[in-house]
Amino acid sequence: MAHSDSAHSAPAILQEVKPGVLPRATLVENNRSFAWITEKICSIIEGKTPTWWWVCFILACFVASFTVAGITYLVATGVGVWGHANPVNWAWDIVNFVFWIGIGHAGTLISAILCLLRQKWRTSINRAAEAMTIFAVVCAAIFPVFHVGRVWYAWYLFPIPNSNVIWQNFRSPLEWDVFAVSTYGTVSVLFWYVGLIPDLAVLRDRFYAAGNKLRSFLYGLFALGWRGSNRHWSNYEMAYLILAGVSTPLVLSVHTIVSFDFAVSLLPGWHTTIFPPYFVAGAIFSGFGMVLTLMLPLRAIYKLEDLITQYHIDCMCKITLATGTIVGYAYAMEFFIAWYGANPYEGFAFINRAFGHYAWAYWIMIACNVITPQFFWFKKVRQNTAFVWILSIFVNVGMWFERFVIIVTSLARDFLPSSWGYYSPSIVEIFTFFGTFGVFSVLFLLFIRFLPIMPMAELKAVTPQADVHAGHDKH
Amino acid sequence: MSAQSYGLIATFETAAGLYQAAQQVRDAGYKHWDCITPFPVHGLDKAMGVKRSIVPRFSLAGGITGFITGMSLIWWTGAVDYPLIVGGKPYFSPMFAFPVAYELTILFTAFATIGGMFFLNGLPKHYHAVLKHDQILRGMDDQFFIVIESRDPRFNATNTRALLEKAGGTDIKELEA
Repeated sequence: MAHSDSAHSAPAILQEVKPGVLPRATLVENNRSFAWITEKICSIIEGKTPTWWWVCFILACFVASFTVAGITYLVATGVGVWGHANPVNWAWDIVNFVFWIGIGHAGTLISAILCLLRQKWRTSINRAAEAMTIFAVVCAAIFPVFHVGRVWYAWYLFPIPNSNVIWQNFRSPLEWDVFAVSTYGTVSVLFWYVGLIPDLAVLRDRFYAAGNKLRSFLYGLFALGWRGSNRHWSNYEMAYLILAGVSTPLVLSVHTIVSFDFAVSLLPGWHTTIFPPYFVAGAIFSGFGMVLTLMLPLRAIYKLEDLITQYHIDCMCKITLATGTIVGYAYAMEFFIAWYGANPYEGFAFINRAFGHYAWAYWIMIACNVITPQFFWFKKVRQNTAFVWILSIFVNVGMWFERFVIIVTSLARDFLPSSWGYYSPSIVEIFTFFGTFGVFSVLFLLFIRFLPIMPMAELKAVTPQADVHAGHDKH
Repeated sequence: MSAQSYGLIATFETAAGLYQAAQQVRDAGYKHWDCITPFPVHGLDKAMGVKRSIVPRFSLAGGITGFITGMSLIWWTGAVDYPLIVGGKPYFSPMFAFPVAYELTILFTAFATIGGMFFLNGLPKHYHAVLKHDQILRGMDDQFFIVIESRDPRFNATNTRALLEKAGGTDIKELEA
């Protein structure tokens, strides 16, 4: 009709829409079979304990002994052995607590939020990331529990009336934090365990076939009689989805409530409404830093390149970049609001952070958290595994300093110059914190030795041969 | 035959093969049967005629219980059992009770979800006939099984075996109860 011209006779409107076929990133490379996946993951557990594992384990135990020594000394002497003194009564203990809790957040982000967003690349890293969450919460819990002083009364954190039958103060964010962190720890363990059940059943049957009755019994005990029934899978998948659904608001709420510990107070530098989103972004940033720190060596040692592909590393680097940039924005916005709010105390707090006694900590924080992730814009950087690993260490360091800057600078310079002070950690605090890396490593090493480091069932489900429709979408 | 029969088990090498066979068993009208798979096969629920899971009902009940627990705990301890003025704040307000109630909602939902899932699945279970199958190791690894139980009203040793064979099942065996 009128639309057709002499040069081109095709109709202006297509008869049928033919969307271009976008290639999907391969999640398991080299077209591996189901059996290969099972063998690859199980052989890590079934094989002989490698020498490097023992070396690392003994080293980790040695480092962990510093925490044990520090805490033992504290319990035997009193909480005064830490460097806390007026006006800085929160320092490394809370810094370390927030640092470790934040690290845990990437694990839950990977397992829950990415599950809801159907980011299938999460499958190969979610098990280890969830383990990281749980172990990080364990390390985090050490600090507030021992900071209460008489640790044998720590159970009064929970709603149990004291000897004067007075109840806990639920108007306090610290009490909210008790609920937030203990719920977080519990739900993380449950989520992790539910994910482990089908894989434990695999190990149960493999050890049974290999004639190792004891280990078969132990794995079987925790596999709870799982038999791969599809009627079970149906309920299982629904339960997993709901757990992901509740873990998502949970992970967002935990660091929000942690930030309330500060934001609800009146101290300049703490009393800001930006804290909840800023803390959550920072937590995810630090967590992804830690995931990279842990997964890259693991990938190299166990030759998992087909399962943790370059695509996975790319994704993790990009999330680190995104959250790191959000954190950088938050730093800038804090300064802006301090000026715009025209509160002299608030303005001073921020000038003091950048140029006061703790300026060194502030600029380490800026360098590590704002500048470091910017390297991830470049594909060349993301493809250089060793460099990515080094950058991830900087992220970990930077996020520790962020908490230090927030907590210590604000306390050291509050309203009245007469009450100003300068805080330095005591050797006991340094030992206790240093040791938590050992505690974390001991737990993580035990995990990679005795539990499947990747969810086999989930990995199999994202391979091409798991698709019963062979690419066609007819249900 | 010495032991009592639990049913027939047939092996399928691929997920697609199992999917096709499941549709045939479903259409033949069986009720007491199951697929054994090493991972959740997408779309198999529909092929088996399994209804949407009712786990969310447990979750909802858990969540409501958790929220009410949190709110009433703070109201009762703060406003009823031992009212105490702290910082001039009210004895009870849903505002400051919210974070705790929120966390308990999530905590109780998680427990109810997992508890409900185990309850519906009949787990933990110490013994099951399927786990006695000599190839169960492969069922956890890379093979797929269909099990049709002998208690199904339509079960008939000859016809059921024929159905499984026609559907492409190999290595069809009888399972001891």
